[in-house]
Amino acid sequence: MTAATQAPPAPTVVDRVRSVRVASWATAALLVVAVVAAIALQPNLLTPYGVASTFATFLPLVLVAVAQAIVVIGGGLDLSAGAIVALSSVVAVQVMRGEDGLAAVGLAAAVGTGVACGMLNGLVVSRLRLQPLIATFASASIFSGLALLVLPTPGGTVPAILTGTFRQAIATVPMSVLLVVAVALGWLVLRRTRVLRHIRATGGDPAAAYASLVPVQTSQFASYVLSGAISGLAGLAVLGNAGSGDPFIGGDLALGSVAAVVVGGIALRGGIGSPIGAIAGAIILALSSTILFSIGLPTSWRALAAGVVVILALALSALGAPRRRR
Amino acid sequence: MSRVVPILKDPVVVAALIAVLLIAIGGILRPGFASPDQIVDMLRVASFLGIIAIGQTIVVLSGGEGIDLSVGTVATLGAILASRTMAGDDAMIVPGVLLALGVAALIGLANGLGIVALKIPPFVMTLGMLGVVGGLILVVTGGRADGRAAPALVSLVNGRDVLGLPGILIVWLVLGGAVTLVLRRTVFGARLYAIGTSREAARLSGVPVRRVTVSAYVLSSLFAALGGIAMVGYSQQVFLNLADDLTLPSIAAVVIGGTLVAGGVGGYLGSAVGAIVLTVLTSLLTTLAMPEWARIVVQGVVLIALLAVYGRQRRLRA
Repeated sequence: MTAATQAPPAPTVVDRVRSVRVASWATAALLVVAVVAAIALQPNLLTPYGVASTFATFLPLVLVAVAQAIVVIGGGLDLSAGAIVALSSVVAVQVMRGEDGLAAVGLAAAVGTGVACGMLNGLVVSRLRLQPLIATFASASIFSGLALLVLPTPGGTVPAILTGTFRQAIATVPMSVLLVVAVALGWLVLRRTRVLRHIRATGGDPAAAYASLVPVQTSQFASYVLSGAISGLAGLAVLGNAGSGDPFIGGDLALGSVAAVVVGGIALRGGIGSPIGAIAGAIILALSSTILFSIGLPTSWRALAAGVVVILALALSALGAPRRRR
Repeated sequence: MSRVVPILKDPVVVAALIAVLLIAIGGILRPGFASPDQIVDMLRVASFLGIIAIGQTIVVLSGGEGIDLSVGTVATLGAILASRTMAGDDAMIVPGVLLALGVAALIGLANGLGIVALKIPPFVMTLGMLGVVGGLILVVTGGRADGRAAPALVSLVNGRDVLGLPGILIVWLVLGGAVTLVLRRTVFGARLYAIGTSREAARLSGVPVRRVTVSAYVLSSLFAALGGIAMVGYSQQVFLNLADDLTLPSIAAVVIGGTLVAGGVGGYLGSAVGAIVLTVLTSLLTTLAMPEWARIVVQGVVLIALLAVYGRQRRLRA
């Protein structure tokens, strides 16, 4: 038990500070470029309405990116994040049945579904010790199958109070912006908590964390549950945006969230980075598609251009990221 | 499991037994399920997945967290390019197939270069490529799929011309045999296993690690396109998402076949049997009138269950 007296993962802290700095610079630079380019091409982005509607469309991706970030920092990966969003949104739509009075129940249902999905992922990865990549790819299949069961075809009505709240502004600041800021602040407040420190330690070096008496399995489990809950919220954001349910929305979100995490300077090997980087990453990616939209690309070319932008962003972050030392 | 005869611990044997068991169960529940005709039919459907799984096997064997999440869309793109070129004309089969393979090779090359030169992790690179290829499909088709398979291709897949068997089974057998030979008996095969086991050791022994890795991803895209082309021979018409859903099964087939997801251990025979197991399972579920959602769920559950048997990672401390 001498290992227990060792300081909590000191070497990874040093290594973290050093590498975060490099990656954050690249992320910040990309963010500035994306914002400037988007505004230059589409000046009405700066109007209150422009900001509100832009952030409203960004919100699902931003939330899923934060969810993905927590899992990745914990040394895992969640390819089922998109499917969780789809499942929790259709569950919420069916539960609320378009009635305002049931909006709170819908919120609980969405988050509850996300937590349940996260628990399954967490159990599979931490207790069964399956490789996260393939295991969550498989669980994505389970979740999207269930989403089809809950809502076979796109449809359903979202209560007006939900779509309304989503479009509201408090003291001229749009709700969607407030929500993004709230998520970022939430992370800043909570990051010093034991659970999140344990998650980071686990992702940085599971063996060292284990030796320092960090409950590695529990931390992995917690990272997936937390991530599932946030993905559930993203499901609600999707509903607020679209006004109806769709069991097929998940696919792009898994890719988008992973890309946002990478662009946001979070190392896929775990332990390094912050969900705030992922928020920036998500905004960069979403802005790039806004830019593609505004330069008048034909509709059929947009998906290709968006895909190429993701690859380029990945390549740029890969070049800017610190090299693996081993 | 640990006390039985060694041969029963071989994943390939286990998978083959599972396939036989599934067919037997189907035969009991629905008479006719296990008839020779029906079995040939299932093998025919398994061949598309089996051909795609060849590439997935090679990529997984190459190690370094190797995986190709773009095979499904690449297969779809291959099918679209080939069938649009053929447009129902036998004379255009060769150009169609060559075009599909050429484009697929470029996609695989991009995957491989992104992975070795830019050091983007394989799953991120191929996931990103999935988006790009999906976009490419929209550009090529303008959102409307209108290709038609040539009659000769259709009869290769749907006819029973070779010894009463569909020609595609022979094609699958030849491809599978060739790949097994390449893996076991050639320098490329030896190098592939070497880099899959340890990149560092392979590099120090003079193996051109980067070149072999890139080749693995090029081969993966090539076989994916071939699988897609075979599939369009089966469906005759092409769809915008024809083979998109085959990515997960292709990985599942590799895992069922006992190839280590960490790389370096395994072979194609197992993946072929894995493709058969998955296809038999799907047709069994279809025969039992399971709705689509249940089939999707079962696929995921099966993969997790199989991983739990074969693919568990080691404990932090034993």
